[in-house]
Amino acid sequence: MEWLKRNQVAAGSIVVLLVGAYVFYAINDNVATSMFKGAWFFAVPLVLGALTGVVGERSGVVNIGIEGQMLVAAFAAFFSAAASGSLVVGILVGMLSGIVMGAFLSLTTVKGLMDQIIAGVVINIVATGLTSFFYRPGKVLSSNMPQWDIPLLSQIPLIGDVFFQTGPIALFALISVPVVHFALFRTRWGLRTRSIGEYPSAADTAGIDVIRMRLVNVTIGGIFAGAAGAFLSMEATAGFERGMTAGRGFLALAILIFGGWRPLRVFAAALFFGFTNALASQLQGVISIPQQFITLLPYLLTLIVLAVAAGRVRAPGAVGQPFVKGEGS
Amino acid sequence: MSDQPTATVHSSAQSSAEPAEPAEREAERLLDIAGLSKSYGTVRANRDISLHVRRGEIVALLGENGAGKSTLVKQIFGLVKPDEGTITIKGDASPVRDPRDAIRRGIGMVHQHFQLVPVMTVAENMILGHETTSRGVLDIEGARKLVRELSAKHGLKVDPDAEIEDLPVGTQQRVEILKALSRRVDLLILDEPTAVLTPQETDELLSVMKELAAGGTSIVFITHKLREVLAAADRVYVLRQGAVVGEVATSDTDARGLATMMVGRDVVLRVDKDEAKPGRDVLSIKDLVVLDDRNLRAVDGFTLDVRAGEIVGVAGVEGNGQRELVEAIAGMRPPQSGSINLLGKDITRANPRDTHVAGVGHIPEDRERHGLVASYSIADNLVLNRFSEKPFANGFVRDFDEVRKNAEALFQEFDIRAAGVGARAGSLSGGNKQKVVVAREMSFGPKLLMAAQPTRGVDVGSIEFIHRRIVAARDEGAAVLLVSAELDEVLSLADRIAVIHGGKVVAEMPGGDVDRTEIGRLMAGDH
Repeated sequence: MEWLKRNQVAAGSIVVLLVGAYVFYAINDNVATSMFKGAWFFAVPLVLGALTGVVGERSGVVNIGIEGQMLVAAFAAFFSAAASGSLVVGILVGMLSGIVMGAFLSLTTVKGLMDQIIAGVVINIVATGLTSFFYRPGKVLSSNMPQWDIPLLSQIPLIGDVFFQTGPIALFALISVPVVHFALFRTRWGLRTRSIGEYPSAADTAGIDVIRMRLVNVTIGGIFAGAAGAFLSMEATAGFERGMTAGRGFLALAILIFGGWRPLRVFAAALFFGFTNALASQLQGVISIPQQFITLLPYLLTLIVLAVAAGRVRAPGAVGQPFVKGEGS
Repeated sequence: MSDQPTATVHSSAQSSAEPAEPAEREAERLLDIAGLSKSYGTVRANRDISLHVRRGEIVALLGENGAGKSTLVKQIFGLVKPDEGTITIKGDASPVRDPRDAIRRGIGMVHQHFQLVPVMTVAENMILGHETTSRGVLDIEGARKLVRELSAKHGLKVDPDAEIEDLPVGTQQRVEILKALSRRVDLLILDEPTAVLTPQETDELLSVMKELAAGGTSIVFITHKLREVLAAADRVYVLRQGAVVGEVATSDTDARGLATMMVGRDVVLRVDKDEAKPGRDVLSIKDLVVLDDRNLRAVDGFTLDVRAGEIVGVAGVEGNGQRELVEAIAGMRPPQSGSINLLGKDITRANPRDTHVAGVGHIPEDRERHGLVASYSIADNLVLNRFSEKPFANGFVRDFDEVRKNAEALFQEFDIRAAGVGARAGSLSGGNKQKVVVAREMSFGPKLLMAAQPTRGVDVGSIEFIHRRIVAARDEGAAVLLVSAELDEVLSLADRIAVIHGGKVVAEMPGGDVDRTEIGRLMAGDH
C-alpha cells in the first residue's frame, strides 16, 4: 500500500496498459496472444542481459561486455548440448560460461584495475573471435526445449498464454526479475551492493570488503547473460550462428539505463521494446514497409529512448571507478 | 537492535553527585598518547606528541592547516600507522590496527568528508555494515526505530526516511554523529566539523557536543577557529609544525592567549635582505567583496596596495578570507563587488589566463590541485602558462626543443631534483613540486608575484631556497603579495604587514621588529 502511494504514476500506467491489452485481447484474441507472446520472446534475452548489468553496475563495475558474454554462452550452451545430448547440460554450461566471462571482467577490472570499458571491449572482441573460429556447422540438438504449462497460472487468459506456457529459460527470466529486485532493495546483500556502487569509501569505513564484494557480484552476475545466450541458441531457435546475438547485449545495456538500474523497470522497458518489435512485424502485412526497416526499429527506438532517458535517470555514483583502499575521501 | 549505545548512559547528574569525583576523573584517562611521531618523506607531520583525554571531556586540537592535527587523529583511528610512540585506549596500549579495531575499542570518527551514501536514507546509512535481518530480509523498521531513539536521546533531530542527498550539510553531519554513537563510542573524533557549516549550524553543533560530553562521551575536535575552542572545549592542545606547543584549560585562557600560542615564539628564520626600495603601485585592491563556497562574504571590504619592489605579507588566522582573496586576484573566483587593478588595468573580472597575461605570477595554496598537472612531464609543467606562446610554440606547433631547454635551465637555476625533465611531475617530492611551481611563476618576469602558503608541506632546505627566491623577485622589481598562515614567514619576509580578520584589513604596519603579541591580538579579532 505504501508502494501505491509513492508510485501512483507507475501503478496507474500498469492498470491502463493491462486494460488496453485485455481490450485488444477481447477484440481479437489470436492476434493479441501471438503479438504479446512475440514481445516477451524478444524481451527474454534483454531482461536477462540487463540483469547482469544491474548486478554489476549496482556494484560499481560497468559492463559493456554483456554482448560478448551472451555470444560465448550461446555458443557453449548449444555445442555442449549437441555433444552431450542433454539440454540440461547445455543450459548449465551456458550459465557457467556467463559466470566465467563475468570472472574475467571482475578480475581484470576490480583486481587488475584495468579500465572497465576496455575490459568490456576485450570481452566483445574475444567472444566474436572465439565463437567464429570454433564454429562448426551441421550440429543439431537431439530434442527440442520442452514447453511447460504452469498449473493454474497458465489458465489465466492472455497473461497465462504469454508468460506461463513457457520454456525453462524464459521462466527463469520471469522469476529472476522479482528475485533480483527483492534482493537488491530488501536484503543485507542488496544494501551493501548498492553502497559499494554508490560510495565505496563509505562502505569501506563501515567495514565492508568492497573489492571482494565486487569480485563476487560481477562474477555471479554473469549467470544471467549466460542464460540469455542459452535462450538464444536453444530456446528461441535450436542452433548457433556466427554473431547471432546481433547487438542484443547492447540493447540490454540500453534497457538497463532506460530502466534506471531497477529490475522491475528493466522488465517493463524490455517488454516495451519487445512489443514495439512485435507490432512492427505485425504491421508488415498491413502497410508496405521494407523488411529492413522493421528490423531497424528496435535499434532506432534505442536511440530515441536513450536520448530521452539520458537526462532523467542516474547511474550508480561510483560506476566505472576502480576502488583502491585508502585513496580518495 | 543490539547496537545500543552504552557509553552514554551516565547522566551528568549522577556523575557530579559522586563525592570522590575529581580524583576518579583524573584517574580515568580514556586516551593516552605518548611520544607519537610520524613522517612523510622528509616532512615531519607529527613530532613527539603526548596528550591525554579524560572521560566526558571535550578537547580541542588547535592549529593551522598543515600543523599535523589530521595526521594525529588518523593515527588514533587506525588510518595511519605511527612511526614511534604509543596510543593507549582505556588502558590497552596495543597498536590500533585499522578503523574496525578503533571502532571496536570505542573510538568513533566523523570525517571531514562525510562517509554517507547519498542516495540512501538515513536509516539505511545508519545500519550499513552491521545490519540486522530477519529471515534474510533487512530490518528497516528496526533501523528507523534506532534512528528515532538515538535522535530523541541525544536531541539530534533527523528524519529516518530522508535521503542523505536531500539533507543540508549540518543535518548530514548529525547523521554521521548518530552513526558513530550507534556504535557505542566512548571517544568521538570530529575532524574540522565546522569547516562546512554555517554559523547557526556551528552553534548547534557546539551545544550538541557539550550535551554528549555531559552524558559521558569524550570528544576530540580539530579546528583552527579560536571562538569554537573557547565556546566548547574544556582543554586545548595547540599544535605547530607537527608538535604540541601548548596545553591549556580554556578557563585559564582567552582568544589572545590562544593566538599567541598558535603564533609561537620561535627564533625567526631571518632572511638576509636589503631595505626595500618601493616604486609605483602595481596592485591596488579596493573594497573587495568575495563570497566563499557557502555564499558567505569571506572577503568583506578588503583594501590594499602593493608597490613594485616590496613584499606585502598578509597575516591572519586561516579561514579569514585569505583563500578567497587570492582566488579573486588570480581570476579563479569572481568577486561580488569592489575592484582589483594591476598597473592601472582593471582585472577585477579577468579570467586566470588574462590575469597571467597582465603579469601576475601565482603560486597557489594547493599545488596538487591548482599548481601542477601530475600526469604531465616536469618540462611541460614548467611552461603550463606559456606553452602556446613564443618561443615554446610556432603558431599551432609546439617547439619541444625550446620546452626542454627551458626546463634544463630552470632545473639548474631552481635546484629542482628529479630523474629528468621528462619525469612525471607527480613523481616529485613536495619540496621539488613546489620548486617547479615557483620556477614557472617567477621565470616569466611577473609584475606581481602572488605567493599563497608558498612553503606549506615543504622541507626546511626548500623553505630557505624559496624564501631567497621571493626576495630576489622583489629585488628585480616585482611587487610581491605573500599570504601565509605562518607568522614567522610573514615576519621574516615582509616589508609591510597587513593583518586580515573577518575578510578585511584590520591593521597595517611596517615589517621588521614587530610585537608578536600585538599581532596575535589583532589576528584574534581583538582590535
